[in-house]
This record gives sequence, structure tokens and C-alpha cells, in this order.
Amino acid sequence: MNLFDLFSDYTLRTVALGAGVLGLVSGALGGYAVLRKQALLGDAVSHAALPGIALAFMLTGSKAPLVLVLGAAIAGWLATLLVISIVKTTRIKDDSALGLLLSVFFGFGLMLLTFIQRTPDAAKAGLDKFLFGQAATLLASDVLTMSVLGLIVLALVALLWKEFKLLTFDPAFGASLGFRMRFLDVALTTLIVVAIVVGLQTVGVVLMSAMIVAPASAARQWTDRLAVMIGLAGLFGALAGVSGAVISSSTTQLPTGPTIVLSISVLVFFSLCLAPNRGLVWSWARRQRNKRQLRVDSVLGDLFTLAQQHRDANHAHSISVLRAMNAGRGGVKRSLDEMRRLGWVQQVNGHEYALTQLGRAEAEKKMSQSEV
Amino acid sequence: MSTLQIEIQLIAVVVAAACALPGVFLVLRRMALMSDAISHAILLGIVLAFFITEDLSSPLLILGAAAMGVLTVTLVELIVRTRLVKEDAAIGLVFPVLFSIGVILISKFAGNVHLDTDAVLLGELAFAPFDRLVVFGADLGPRALYLMGSILVLNLLFIIIFYKELKLATFDAGLAAALGFVPLVIHYVLMGLVSITAVGAFDVVGSILVVALMIAPPATAYLLTDRLARLIGLSVLFGALSAIGGYWLARGLDASIAGAMATMAGVIFGLVYLLAPDRGLIAIARRRRRQRWEFAQTMLTIHLLNHEGTLEAVRESRVEHLREHMRWDMTFARRVVRYAEQHGLLRDEGGSLILTDEGRSLAQRAVVT
Repeated sequence: MNLFDLFSDYTLRTVALGAGVLGLVSGALGGYAVLRKQALLGDAVSHAALPGIALAFMLTGSKAPLVLVLGAAIAGWLATLLVISIVKTTRIKDDSALGLLLSVFFGFGLMLLTFIQRTPDAAKAGLDKFLFGQAATLLASDVLTMSVLGLIVLALVALLWKEFKLLTFDPAFGASLGFRMRFLDVALTTLIVVAIVVGLQTVGVVLMSAMIVAPASAARQWTDRLAVMIGLAGLFGALAGVSGAVISSSTTQLPTGPTIVLSISVLVFFSLCLAPNRGLVWSWARRQRNKRQLRVDSVLGDLFTLAQQHRDANHAHSISVLRAMNAGRGGVKRSLDEMRRLGWVQQVNGHEYALTQLGRAEAEKKMSQSEV
Repeated sequence: MSTLQIEIQLIAVVVAAACALPGVFLVLRRMALMSDAISHAILLGIVLAFFITEDLSSPLLILGAAAMGVLTVTLVELIVRTRLVKEDAAIGLVFPVLFSIGVILISKFAGNVHLDTDAVLLGELAFAPFDRLVVFGADLGPRALYLMGSILVLNLLFIIIFYKELKLATFDAGLAAALGFVPLVIHYVLMGLVSITAVGAFDVVGSILVVALMIAPPATAYLLTDRLARLIGLSVLFGALSAIGGYWLARGLDASIAGAMATMAGVIFGLVYLLAPDRGLIAIARRRRRQRWEFAQTMLTIHLLNHEGTLEAVRESRVEHLREHMRWDMTFARRVVRYAEQHGLLRDEGGSLILTDEGRSLAQRAVVT
């Protein structure tokens, strides 16, 4: 397995390309879903798509990807509208409405699938690949369909960029400017639904929700700008798709869908930890630095108090006195070392410390600051 | 009905009831999707426990799965606490990872045992009665019935014993904490029960339909009542109805029983959503319409009262004038007049509208408030 295979091996190239396109489209559209707090809409839509796939097959007898995707999209869209109307007209909250629609639609789809499978029709096989996804069965024509649909979706997002931005961050303002927010809301939701159903064949209904939530959650950590975030989410999604496909094909018995999900999850983990500013590692380091600063300030204050109470302002005080005054906050020695490095204190006879001129000025400055 | 059919339905009803009990609190606590996360994540717990015991019927599997369920909840809360992502996104991040690891472990290492992902997701109720509980050679009935029966009793006991605490922690967590009931402990015990129930039930109905049985019946009942005790009772009832209805639907179509049960749960929800008194769609639409007429008739009486006894009264009280004054079209205006007339608020004397005493007092009351 090497990089060369990616270009020469037909199956691998098709699968990797398909997974990449899927990651790009669902990542970019997922950005909107996550920002609008509809992260789990992806879960609901992907599960709800199952009866649409089954019905589309039952009605047309065709397994052409476009037909099945259309069925999936209609069912997913219907479920979304039902969720919205249930939340609006009853006191059932969005989590229950999502869970209800997701599981009921999925159950209905499952019933239809088993019904189809028990009819003596050879063509039925292959519908259950939508459950877990079978990237390995992707054909070049499937990838072409996915790419065209994905391209249309992305082009529409670019075309309605300003409108969707308004919808995401300040729909009331958008409405006041005369944009038709209800229409835009339905349009964006429809695009998200299309992005989800396009990926179903590759990763399956169960794991598709991760492809919506994860790339966007990772991208969100790196930036506060919408354009950068959507771009990054698409990039992360595509990266996870391609690397997941390559890893799973280079190892035996490694299913593609779960591998893609794990790849994107690794990206999320790193983003949560390491992203500048928001990352957990940086915020931890910031907290430690603040703590150290506070400890230094408190020791400086203590020394200043002692100096004021003593006849000789330059009298050195023992570290144990400072420790007693510090009341168990700890780190007195380290704070003193730090202050000596800054030239605020000087060490006298081993373990006694006295404020320097500079230290006194610093302490006075801090005192006057805290009095303001 | 044969014994087999009765046994299947009995198992189905017990599963539905066992799921509905913790489901009520999930719906009330706005944590419905946690059941989705848990029911997926337990797959990993089952796989790991299976690798340790190498026995699919070991009770350790249930413990492993329940532990994984609680771990899922904890992970979600840890991520939420970083405040880097919202709660729904956190749920969406955690369970696919655990589920993916589970699927990968199964396909990589357990390819030849009876532990395939289809069975986990879909379950097969029709086979449940063939797994008998045999003690000293005596056939005591299907094993699933005993397993789910114990889980049902466990859930029931928990709710009965901690009814007050659950109620308080659900509706006013702040007060519960202030009174020293530790809502966090209640929360984790509840999540543990959800996990155990999900593990027990997934074998029979599959993991996603566990979600259907946990969420749909309580959501349906929530449209019908405001009392917690009645909510629990109705949820169990709707769960049992979905179970039995689903069984016969599946028999008719020769399809998956679990899928049909979820479908029935959805159908019952749909019916209640349409027909519920007060909160149903039809009741809401009728109330809206009635309010529209009542509002219009009140406006009309106020208008008439305003001009009563003045010089313009003759002109202002003509039906035709309402089009100009209220911006009502003629058919609507005529219907409002007829509606108000039927309620004895005014009389139509040759196209001139005269308020009755009743109409006058209605208008005065409306103006004052």
C-alpha cells in the first residue's frame, strides 16, 4: 500500500474520491447545522431517510442512486418538517421530537426493508448497505452522481452566502432587511438534507450524523470567521474521508464508514486540545500562568506590608514568615525566585528576602491599581 | 393464538413497558437523545465484555454495556463542560466514536461468532421465545421474558421508591439540590437504568428501536396529561399498545416485528397529535378559529358601543360600513354579524346594528381589561 495505489488502483481511487466528496459536502453544510444548534438534525435526517429509500425502491423497482437519493431526501425532509412543526405546535421539546421522528421513521424503514427482503425479488439485495454503508461497492458512476449533487449544493451555498450568514447569526435582522427568512430556512435545511443523503451509501445511516457534526465542531475551534470555518470543515471532512478510505483498504476487515468516523474524531480531538486560543491545552496553560501571577502578587504584597510595618524598610524577612502570611496558598519559594529574577527582591543571608527599590515601586503600583 | 404468539407478545409488552418507564424522565428532562447515544454506545460495552468472557449469554455483558452507557453520559458532560461545543453536538461527537470502535472490533476480531452488527441494530423478536430458560431440566419459559421482566421490576421499584426525589430533581433541580437530594446522583442512577434497559431490550428489538420505545410513548402521553403519575401510566399503556399492534402488523406484512412496533408507536403518536383534546392539532385549529370569531365579535361590539348615541351612529352601525372601518370584506363582516347575533350580542334591524344589553356589557368589559 503506498500513495501510488491511490492513483492506480481503480477501486481505491473511486472509494477515496467518493469518501472525499462526501466529507467535503457534509463538512461544509454541517458547519451551518452546528452553528444553528441543529447538530443532531443530521442524525434524525439520516435515520429518517431509510423509509424513503425503501419506498423509492418499492415504487420504481430501481436501485439507481439518483432514485434512492431522491426518496431518501424526501423522507428526510419530511421528517425535518415534522420535527419543526411538532416543536412549534406542542410542548414536546426538540430533543424528544428528534428522537421520536428518528426512531419511528427508522423503524418504519426497517419494516419496509424486511418486507422487501421477504418478497421473492432478486433485485432487493443491496438496500441494506444503506444501514452501515459500503464504500467498497461505490462505482465511478455513483461518485459522479455524488459529485454533481455535491457541486450543486456547494454552488447554492456560495450563491446564497450572505443570506445564509444572516439566517445563521441574526435572522431577525435579516427579516428586517426584507429577506425572506422562512424561505431561506427551508432552503438551507433542504441543502443539509441533500448533503446527508448523498453520503448515506458510503458511511450508512447510523454514522452519517458524525460526518455532519464532527468536521464542523473541529473547524469551529480554529476560527471565528464563517467563511474560514465552512472551508475548514469541508477540508477536514474531505481529509477524514480520503484517509479513512485509504486506511480501511490497506487493512483487512476494516469497515470504511467507522474508519472514516474515527479519522474525523481524531481531528476533532486534536482541534479541541490544540486549537489556538480556544484549545484546552492553551486555556490550561493560561490558567496556570494566571495562578502563578496571582501567587507572585500575593507574596509581593506580603513583603510590602512587612516593609511598611518595619522601622527599617530594607529589613530582610525570613521565608517562613512569608509562608505563614501566605496562608497555605503555596509556591512561596517559586514566587520569590521569580521575583528575584525580575529584580524585585534580593536575597539576604541565605533565606531572608528584602524588597528592592524596583520591587517597592512595583508593589506601590499594584496597590494603587487595586484601590482604583 | 399459539403459545409462541402469546410469548412473543408478552415479551414485546414487557420490553415496551420497561423502556417507557425511564423514557418518561428522559423526555421530561430534555435528554431524549441521550437514549440514542446510549443505545449505540452499549455495542462497544457488549463487545468488550464479550472479549473478556467469550460467552454471549454472560451477565457480564449487561454490566459492561451499562458501564459503557454511563461512560457515554460522562464523556458528553465532560465535553459540554469545556464549553467548546454545545450539548447536542457533544452527543453527536461521542456516540459515533464508541459505536465505530464497536463495529470495527466486531468485524475485525469477532467475524465468526454470533455477534453481528445487524442483530445489534435490528434485533429479532421472533426468535426470542426459542431461547428458553431451563433450570434443572425444567422449561420455565423464554429467557428474554425473565431478563426484561427483572429489568421492568427494577425500573418500577426505582420509580416507586424514589418517586418524590425523581419528581423534584426533574422539575426543579435547584430546589432538589438545596434540599439535599443530590440531583446528580439521581441523574446518574437514571442513566444507569436507561443503559441496563437498553442492553436488555436491544437483544430483542435492536438498539434504534429501543429509542422508539423509550421516547414515542412518553411523548404521546405528554400531549394528554399534566400529572406525572398519569404520564407514567399512559406511557406504559401506549408502549404496550404499540407492542401488540406492532406484532400483528408485522405478522400481516411478514416484516420485522421491532420495525412494526416502532411504526405503531409512531402511528399512535400521530393519532394523538391530531386528536388530543386541548393539545391536538385539530383542537388547536378549532380553538384558533373560535378565537378569531370571538375577537372579531368583540371588536364589533366595541365599535358599536363607541358610536352609540352619537350623530354618526346611523352611518357607523351599517353592516356595509364595516368594510371601511374594520377592513373586513363583506362576507366576513356578515358572518361576524351573524355570529354575534347568535350569541345575543346585537340585533340587525334593517341593516342597522343595535347592541343588546349583553353586547354592551361585553364591550365595556373588553375595553376595561
